[in-house]
Amino acid sequence: MNLGRTNKYLGGLLIAFFLLSALLGWLWTPYDPLALDLRARLQAPGAAHWLGTDEYGRDVLSRLMAAARTSVTISALTVSFAVTFGIVLGALSGYARGWIDRAVMLLTDTLLAFPSILLALALLSILGANIWGVILALGLAYMPTVTRVVRGAVMSLREQEFIEASRLMGHPVGYTLRAHVIPNCLAPVIVIATSMFGSVLLTESALSFLGLGVPPPAPTWGNMLAGARPYMSQASWLGIFPGLCIALTLLGINLFGDYVRDRFDPRMKGL
Amino acid sequence: MTRFVLSRLVSAIPTLFLVSLAVFTLIRLIPGDPVSLMLGDNVDDAAYAAMSHELGLDRPIAVQFLMWLQGAFQGDLGRSITTGEAVLPLVLQRFAITAQLVLVAVALATVLAVPLGMLAAWRQNSAFDLGVVVGATALMSIPTFWMGLMLLLLFGLNLGWLPVLGYVSPFDDFGAGALYLVMPVAALVLHECGILVRMSRASTLDVLRLDYVTHARAKGLTEGQVLRRHVFRNAFGPTWTLLGLILGNLLGGVAVVETVFTIPGLGRLIVESIYGRDYPVLQGCLLFVAFTYVVVNLIVDLCYPLFDPRVKTT
Repeated sequence: MNLGRTNKYLGGLLIAFFLLSALLGWLWTPYDPLALDLRARLQAPGAAHWLGTDEYGRDVLSRLMAAARTSVTISALTVSFAVTFGIVLGALSGYARGWIDRAVMLLTDTLLAFPSILLALALLSILGANIWGVILALGLAYMPTVTRVVRGAVMSLREQEFIEASRLMGHPVGYTLRAHVIPNCLAPVIVIATSMFGSVLLTESALSFLGLGVPPPAPTWGNMLAGARPYMSQASWLGIFPGLCIALTLLGINLFGDYVRDRFDPRMKGL
Repeated sequence: MTRFVLSRLVSAIPTLFLVSLAVFTLIRLIPGDPVSLMLGDNVDDAAYAAMSHELGLDRPIAVQFLMWLQGAFQGDLGRSITTGEAVLPLVLQRFAITAQLVLVAVALATVLAVPLGMLAAWRQNSAFDLGVVVGATALMSIPTFWMGLMLLLLFGLNLGWLPVLGYVSPFDDFGAGALYLVMPVAALVLHECGILVRMSRASTLDVLRLDYVTHARAKGLTEGQVLRRHVFRNAFGPTWTLLGLILGNLLGGVAVVETVFTIPGLGRLIVESIYGRDYPVLQGCLLFVAFTYVVVNLIVDLCYPLFDPRVKTT
């Protein structure tokens, strides 16, 4: 069996499946994910409700689809935020060196001295638990990693002849960075961004599980799991399906991440 | 050697200072006024001013920071707003519980995962290797809190083999304490194993393709000697660094696992202090966790020369 192909196709398939569910969840869900139906409380999976209902009679499948939408939005925006600002800061500090470099690195190293989930927790208590607070908190918590990687790549790039040539031709710094430096350090960023997607998704679910992420009643996989805890013995499906969604999505991202790494960083091939 | 240790110790000082500054700033940025939080909204100006003065909030911000830092040096991190308990003993007491859980889990995960990863690398592309990689990737994709819930469902609720919720200190009653720790530890071990197996396999593969390994084989060493003397020792470096990061991260509060199994650890304390807006406690926890993180990574750095003598010279 070829592991590389499995990574690409199985990973891609899993990601596509959840992306499509998220997309579909935007347009249509079998039931309203927020609608209460107290007569249909805690129904086991069956014909009417494929994946059962929760303690308020809400349809689990519809909620999972709506949650996929939230998770995808949060992860995508968070990774975009972290990558954009990480590239800008990393490129600036690696290219300019001097006091800018020292200041940026001081900030980065300080932020990296906190476990990322803890930093996100602390930032969330400042920003408030809502979708934008979560995105900003997670984005700030994950940005330092990108900054470090880009800075490292830029520092070795800036000594090369073609960058010097661009400088000598009198191009403004901004142009040199945009046209020559940044495109050449994108490979490691793409590798990191792919795996970051998974780790953001995981952290977001953990925050929701702790009740500190996107507030209920809006469904997320994490807060659905938290809500399932008291009902585990009578309604185990409430605990099984949201977790399965997180695990399968993460598996897809991890597999696909391996493929992306092999593709963009051939030295790591087969590792 | 002494110089290496000293220079690493000194280099940690600015980091620790900045970390304290960051914690102080973060807490100050949280919206809301600590005095009205403690006294309630309907309070007369005199009482308000008195409380502000007592907490030192009427001084310049830089002075407040230095006062807080001075207190922290003397082991005084303030008192909890909700219970009035001193923060540092509270943090230490909760940390002891988290540390038991995390140290056991990380030790177990290392013992299981590192040899497995190395063996898989040695037999790269075999069925065994494939199985290990697939298994590790799958384990790594399962969040600890869901793993915990599923273990709870299977072994606690359905089979009834293990106690479901709560915590008993193994120092009070070793048997019962150990039983309560089985599931939380298992949840952590399984997840971290996935990550560690992949790391140890990857770094072993890196070493295996180096020329000196071919040379060692060519000069007729047995495969066992090549692996033991030349490969495994050198392949352990990156895994060791990752172990430091994992340990630091987990010691910082395995809040989710502690929540699943209702263990009163440091992670729970952090979450509770956020819920209860108990800022002195949150501040103390953050400072403590960040310090632990820096110190754990410092220790990892300091241990490096033990298995890679080249580090000493750099």
